[in-house]
Amino acid sequence: MQVRNALKRFAGWGLSTPATLAVVLFLIVPVAITIASTFAEDGGVLAPYVAFFSSGFRRAVLWRTLEISLATTAISVVVGFLTAYVVSRSPGRIKSLLIIAAVFPLLTGVVVRSFAWLIILGRNGILNNFLVWIGVTDQPFAMLYTQWSVVVAMVYLFVPLMVLTLVGVLENIPDDVVQASASLGASPFATFRQVIFPLAVPGLIVGAVLVFTGSFTSYATPQLLGGERQMVMGTLMYQRAMVAFDWVGASTIATIMVAVTVAVVLIMTRTARRLNPMAT
Amino acid sequence: MTNRLHPALIGFTILVYLFLMGPLVIVFGAALSDTTYLTFPPQGLTLHWFQNIFEISAFRRTIVTSLQIAFLATAIALVIGIPAAYALNRYRIQLPAWLSTLFVLPILVPEIVLGFSLLRSVAVDASVPIFLALLIGHTLLVLPYCVRVISASLASFDFSIEEAAVSLGSPPAKTFFTIVLPNVRSGVIAAFILAFITSINDVSVSLFLTGPGISTLPIQILAHVEQFFDPTIASVSVLLMLLTVAVMAIVERTLGLTFLAK
Repeated sequence: MQVRNALKRFAGWGLSTPATLAVVLFLIVPVAITIASTFAEDGGVLAPYVAFFSSGFRRAVLWRTLEISLATTAISVVVGFLTAYVVSRSPGRIKSLLIIAAVFPLLTGVVVRSFAWLIILGRNGILNNFLVWIGVTDQPFAMLYTQWSVVVAMVYLFVPLMVLTLVGVLENIPDDVVQASASLGASPFATFRQVIFPLAVPGLIVGAVLVFTGSFTSYATPQLLGGERQMVMGTLMYQRAMVAFDWVGASTIATIMVAVTVAVVLIMTRTARRLNPMAT
Repeated sequence: MTNRLHPALIGFTILVYLFLMGPLVIVFGAALSDTTYLTFPPQGLTLHWFQNIFEISAFRRTIVTSLQIAFLATAIALVIGIPAAYALNRYRIQLPAWLSTLFVLPILVPEIVLGFSLLRSVAVDASVPIFLALLIGHTLLVLPYCVRVISASLASFDFSIEEAAVSLGSPPAKTFFTIVLPNVRSGVIAAFILAFITSINDVSVSLFLTGPGISTLPIQILAHVEQFFDPTIASVSVLLMLLTVAVMAIVERTLGLTFLAK
């Protein structure tokens, strides 16, 4: 028995070794080097961070990125949840159609979906032409390269993800629970607020984490719709690394990104577990 | 249940779907416009901009590179990911718990950080050629999807079937290919499709791993938009959307589209 177990362990290790090696060699080690390099600079362990936070411009970039990510997350959560609720309560045929219509944009790339907003929000874009045509304004608005344009495009990016995540969560709520609430006299709104919503909170948190970390570390959307004027962490990191060849600066931004991502994921998954009313 | 939905909620959902579909329709229209600038609705209809994609050598080159990288990265990720997923399920008791955590770890690392770190450590410090570094980056990008999707389908596989085959004298390798693999076929197809489309659309990893003559299509699109505002990019976008449609048709044929909603 002992021999057999040892043999099995050997087989298990053997089969998982190539993938394990790939993750360790090409993900963990390079990222660890990037992070470690920021603590090995001359002038003190935290010198690159002192430099980062003492620059007003970089603080503004960090702040702007947080603002954009939080706004994107808040809007996506509300829009996604209401939409997912309707989708999950729709009759079979319509439901699959609505799901397909959410999957399609999700599988279409970030660049294509951000580019679409360039056509819409541009100076001679559709929205401006429309506003001039209906007489709201006679001068086109400068909508592109504002914080607002980045948020709109990011919401557009993340709503399908939120809808699909939450449809799954809402479908998993047992029908018995909803029916029990109704048969005990709760109005549809009370059932929604007191039964369905609390049961969906863990799923909402998972979705919100995906949206927040995704927007905090994004590059293509802020680059296309925010440009130089609305620099965020992703575009600043690219600029530091590839234009200024300031690798310490780029690594510092990378480390801040990893730290924020890990912190948000850990804190929120713990909160989700604590708030789960179905957990015993 | 259905009739309980408030009309305002239904109206809101219709607006959300118009918001989701509208921009893609606009890209489609802009690609057909007979103007040298991007506009919608299209003025005059032409397929010239589609032809123009293939007249620009940078597009021809990056389309080929993107397809090569997507196929190779997905193939490598499946070749190393399937045995890993199998081991994690089959020998779960014998293997330490952190091993399965290891394959979730890439999710905690932002893609842009992975791309930059590979440039630094692999492409520059280790002098790995840029195409190979790009391939490594994309393999790492799609590996977690492969391991997770295949693990999920292996989780519902009854390993006693495999044991039965082995105890009846079937060699382990043959058993794997004739018994285990056919049973997780849908998982493998799903992993392939997800990985392929993720790789084709990736920006953040590829961003740093470009070099002389080597770049991917999304990076080329970003570069083109900076200089030109003509409908070429709209027509490239339409091609990418057609690829998405093809992918969804394959999923529909093999797994049923409800699979994607899971």
